[in-house]
Amino acid sequence: MCVLFIQKAAVDKVISPFRSICGKDNVSLGEAIREQHGKDESVHRCRPPDVVVFPRCVEEVSALAKVCHDHNLPIIPFGTGTGLEGGVGAVQGGVCFSLRNMDQILNLHPEDFDVTVEPGVTRKALNAYLRDTGLWFPVDPGADASLCGMAATSASGTNAVRYGTMRENVMNLEVVLSNGTVIHTAGKGRRPRKTSAGYNLTNLFVGSEGTLGIITKTTLRLYGVPEAMVSAVCSFPSVQAAVDSTVQILQTGVPIARIEFLDDVMIDACNKFSSLSYPVTPTLFLEFHGSERSLEEQVSTAEEITQSNEGSDFQWARDAETRNRLWKARHDAWYAAQALRPGCKAYSTDVCVPLSRLPQIIVETKKDLLESRLTGPIAGHVGDGNFHCLMVVDPNDPDELHQVHLFTERLARRALAMDGTCTGEHGVGLGKRALLCEEVGPLAIQVMKGLKDSLDPRNLMNPGKILQRGEL
Amino acid sequence: MGVLITGTNTGSCERDSPGHVRYNSVSELKWRPLLLRIRVKPDNTGVVTDGVKHSMNPFCEIAVEEAVKLKEKKLVKEVVAVSCGPQQSQETIRTALAMGADRGIHVEVSGKDYETLGPLQVSKIMAALAKKEDAQLIILGKQAIDDDCNQTGQMTAALLDWPQGTFASEVTLDGDKIKVVREIDGGLETIKINTPAVLTADLRLNTPRYATLPNIMKAKKKKIANVKAADLGVNLTSRLEVLKVEDPPQRQAGMKVETVEDLVGKLKEAGKV
Repeated sequence: MCVLFIQKAAVDKVISPFRSICGKDNVSLGEAIREQHGKDESVHRCRPPDVVVFPRCVEEVSALAKVCHDHNLPIIPFGTGTGLEGGVGAVQGGVCFSLRNMDQILNLHPEDFDVTVEPGVTRKALNAYLRDTGLWFPVDPGADASLCGMAATSASGTNAVRYGTMRENVMNLEVVLSNGTVIHTAGKGRRPRKTSAGYNLTNLFVGSEGTLGIITKTTLRLYGVPEAMVSAVCSFPSVQAAVDSTVQILQTGVPIARIEFLDDVMIDACNKFSSLSYPVTPTLFLEFHGSERSLEEQVSTAEEITQSNEGSDFQWARDAETRNRLWKARHDAWYAAQALRPGCKAYSTDVCVPLSRLPQIIVETKKDLLESRLTGPIAGHVGDGNFHCLMVVDPNDPDELHQVHLFTERLARRALAMDGTCTGEHGVGLGKRALLCEEVGPLAIQVMKGLKDSLDPRNLMNPGKILQRGEL
Repeated sequence: MGVLITGTNTGSCERDSPGHVRYNSVSELKWRPLLLRIRVKPDNTGVVTDGVKHSMNPFCEIAVEEAVKLKEKKLVKEVVAVSCGPQQSQETIRTALAMGADRGIHVEVSGKDYETLGPLQVSKIMAALAKKEDAQLIILGKQAIDDDCNQTGQMTAALLDWPQGTFASEVTLDGDKIKVVREIDGGLETIKINTPAVLTADLRLNTPRYATLPNIMKAKKKKIANVKAADLGVNLTSRLEVLKVEDPPQRQAGMKVETVEDLVGKLKEAGKV
């Protein structure tokens, strides 16, 4: 209680310096604004900050951070609020830095395949900007997220199997530390395609979820837009057959761009929601990128493999309209899952295991769902061994919510027992801190604690995330 | 941005097999600001365009895509992309070439002339080019997303005395006629028009392809001819004068009321009921 009073007094003191740094209109105490900045798209309840600031440039971010540091106020960076693990909840109150006004796309170098963006730039905005250059940034999480936010959570998407996740595609970061110091993790303006210079600070901050610093610029690796694309859908008699096909396709070196798995419950939901008529059985959605000739080869190799695993005939499509129709089931999966129980919310779990363990974990998870009488259709980026159960829950039923919580813990532990991770894409946030300890072990946690202490000794940067209180 | 389809013989089309007619096609492309934050100029004469990234109007992209598709189906012989504007609008022509157009025509219009360039002048230019290039089909975007005029296609057709198929969501070449399904308020209208004709592309006509790097490189070798409006006998003087451009009014704060009686009271006070 005492801490709260001290903090309230501190907040009152900083409003005036905040206003002189970024302008009166860019400091908000309004309840609605604070609530909007205290929640994301997870099931975690809203934890509003005490004040929201909207800096316009890195100099303002640095000056605002210095003020927060001097008054021991927590700092919570905010991009688009589309996270799935409660990462923006201000669990100790404090100052939310909403970075949406910093929305410049800087320094595009098409010949070098790199570009630098500020936090207000989302992935779709960048790709719209790049449209005429023949380049694109392929990492595509479901939401139209801030690219710097994606760097902060080490986001991934449906085509990670070919293009990688944020870890592989962030070349440099500009970061403001908790005391206002501005650093460039790979050196200011530098963008060589590879380097072996010093500690890899860039990847230290990728996935740090705002707990080590505020990312104010990210330099991204771009790729050429594929010359042509082919999409295909194939049904299988069992999960094992579908995953075996995936492993074999990867082993033959087919540079498959997307390979998505939907289980029978999900396909059934999609059929109902989008009036489709896919056979209700484990299904793979595949997408191939390349030149016309390489596509022929890729598709025929993949088709041979799926057929040898008792897969159905490929339904496939070449032009954009038919491809979109074919993939409609996968695109609408989120809504189809929610439509299974109108009035309920959907919550996505996220674990990742080595490919060879995928059939086992999916089969065991489906058994668990049946036994716990929970609705959880499965969709996954099977090429990475990563899958999501879309848990459909009644948000007003505390008992069901509790059951879902227990289920997700069992699922995470099942993945850990199979040499996997408790979070493939979404991050640790609020809900998986204990699981992180189990995953990396106490000694590695100590090292993480050491890094946190060294970069943020006062624990002001997004407190309560990734590392637990007891560890700090 | 429109796609002109030019004929091989003056005024007629080539038949290479019964019922199969080959056209050349021309597109007219509009170069306009990419939708980031738009600001009104301090003197209220227009919006700030300096330093704002520009790219091809989305409906023009759809028009180019349709023309390229027709060429891929071998229903059309040559696709010519046209754009009217300053030096930088050549970039849009390059994008059209990367999408599959064969050659480009840049009608250079800059400075004051460009600020006052509107549908009437553009349609006069298109009509003149259509005659010069012996086009049989002109495809344009239905409207530009910066001015929303939705006039160029219609005016071009009138100047040439050609039939028009506007708001096209489906185009089928059928001998020397074109079947066009149009999106109208009441639903979908299907018409059959003679060629030569003008079409304007609506949103659902197709999904435009991305310009890929290999195609962008190939497009560098394709030709863009430079033409002046005066050479085409077109007077660029505008008959319109923009008096003022303003931001929409600032949104006022709302207020919450506790009861329906309060609500009615406030509405009465504000003179709304």
